[in-house]
Amino acid sequence: MTELLQQLLNGLSLGAIYALIALGYTMVYGVLRFINFAHSDVFMVGAYLGFYLAPRVGSGTILGGMLVLSGAMAGCAVLGVLIEKLAYRPLRNRSTLTVLITAIGVSLLLQNLGQKIFGANPKPFPAIFPVTQLHFGGLTVSSNQIIVLLVTLVLLGTLHWVVNHTRMGTAMRALSFNATAASLVGINNDRVISFTFALGSALAGAGGILYAMNYPSIDPLMGTLPGLKAFVAAVLGGIGNLPGAALGGMLIGLVETMVSGTRASTFRDAIAFAILILILLFRPAGLLGRLRVEKV
Amino acid sequence: MLPRSQIWLLAVLGAAAVMSAVSGRLNPYWLDVAMGVGINIILAVSLNLINGFTGQFSLGHAGFMAVGAYTSAMVTTVLGSRLGLSPVLLRWGLFPVSLVAGGLLAGLAGLAVGAPSLRLKGDYLAIVTLGFGEIIKVILQNLNAVGGARGLSGIPSYTNLFWTFTVAAVTVYVVWGLLNSTYGRGFLAVADDEVAAEAMGLNTTRYKINAFVVGSFFAGAAGGLYAHLKGYISPTGFDFNKSIEIVVMVILGGMGRHLGVIVAAILLTVVQEPLRKLGDWRMILYALLLIGLMLTRPQGLFVWPLKRRNA
Repeated sequence: MTELLQQLLNGLSLGAIYALIALGYTMVYGVLRFINFAHSDVFMVGAYLGFYLAPRVGSGTILGGMLVLSGAMAGCAVLGVLIEKLAYRPLRNRSTLTVLITAIGVSLLLQNLGQKIFGANPKPFPAIFPVTQLHFGGLTVSSNQIIVLLVTLVLLGTLHWVVNHTRMGTAMRALSFNATAASLVGINNDRVISFTFALGSALAGAGGILYAMNYPSIDPLMGTLPGLKAFVAAVLGGIGNLPGAALGGMLIGLVETMVSGTRASTFRDAIAFAILILILLFRPAGLLGRLRVEKV
Repeated sequence: MLPRSQIWLLAVLGAAAVMSAVSGRLNPYWLDVAMGVGINIILAVSLNLINGFTGQFSLGHAGFMAVGAYTSAMVTTVLGSRLGLSPVLLRWGLFPVSLVAGGLLAGLAGLAVGAPSLRLKGDYLAIVTLGFGEIIKVILQNLNAVGGARGLSGIPSYTNLFWTFTVAAVTVYVVWGLLNSTYGRGFLAVADDEVAAEAMGLNTTRYKINAFVVGSFFAGAAGGLYAHLKGYISPTGFDFNKSIEIVVMVILGGMGRHLGVIVAAILLTVVQEPLRKLGDWRMILYALLLIGLMLTRPQGLFVWPLKRRNA
């Protein structure tokens, strides 16, 4: 029983990170209808920003950790907006295939520039928050896991507020319903899209930090697999659907952790892929797709 | 009188046979490059059928190549030693069989990956094939029967100029012939406008899957040639970067153009060696090339004023 609870907890904290990344995929898909391949590399850049910021702000305390986290989020938001401005905006009215190839190019560029700038070898990620182990009965909870869950909850809450209760959020929803109609009622589509990229990339940056805290070895290609799994999470929840992405992320994290505990653990990276094939076969709209009208 | 395309096919086959006969006198380095060119032509032309002519986007061509490479290598190493055939029969009999086997299995993998993702509109194929590339690596690394992460070595070097260019010529012939047949016009229709094609009564899913399976088949055959050229294959040799290399060939040559893609495959393979000196900068160059081409010349670098295809 404690074994199961332990795995559940591990799964939730992994799933929370997938959820953060999945939200970025789903938001961009909502407004632009294409898969932003570079998203998983923004996640990687987030982890490296944390790596370089940590010694400068004197991390290891709660405040220092928060500073590193917000710094990485801000840096990734800027990166996301830049990518959109330079690579995607000039292609606004072209076919999605053109944009897709460009996104793959951007992803490749970030990965390989990362290998040039950060070095190809894995780097140890510093402890940016104070680390302790807490024991509840037979359950071992690391403080990092609690931080992951808390930060995710706060970010999800903020996102929910932004999307549903601000003018910009309303504009985002309008754009995802119908871009032409949105611009007809006076919404500046380019600004909303920039904002969406900033928001999604900031979440990816936070995800990068949280991921590196729990798996403290970072390298320039670290984004590929979590990115792929987060995309599966977004499709599982229903692509374009925000609560769906969060739910999908949690589910993928749980399933993957449960599989790691069994003898099939070497195939744990293949699980997300199997899930993707199954969703595409049986419920391509995703778990929450179609049921909700809210699409961002 | 034979149709012109068949004359071309026979001419290339004849040239390949002649070249193969005198290949012993050629510089082994250039011989290697020439066979690399042939293999890359197969890969680029088959990917062009999927990415260019049918307008779907596959990022896992190297994965299908891996399936073909491992299958055909297993056929020649395991079966080859048990059948007790003469070396001549092995090279001229079992080897082509192993290439076909590799192609068939790759095609089957293509069907398994393509059928769920191509049913849907949207760009699911790209992410599914990207996932497939990663997964096939994980699976191969965990399969001890094929050497696991250590890779498979001691593969006999059956690949020669004749086989390479025979398969390349057949690939070009099949893709070209397919697209110029009445049936094949459907591929172009799907690429141009899926909704319109559907409205005309085409089964678009069927077309997309067929293009994908045929493309994967030839990728598998190319993998078999590659395995028997290098003599050693490992799961990491068929990674995402390899897939991207093929994608760059197709895009540089112009998606949906026959000759341009072949020229790009030849060009990129020949400049591969000098590019290798660039080390890590090579992939950065590829990335910038992809973005730059999409922003400025999405139709590809080599666009001749040939007669336009009628959409």
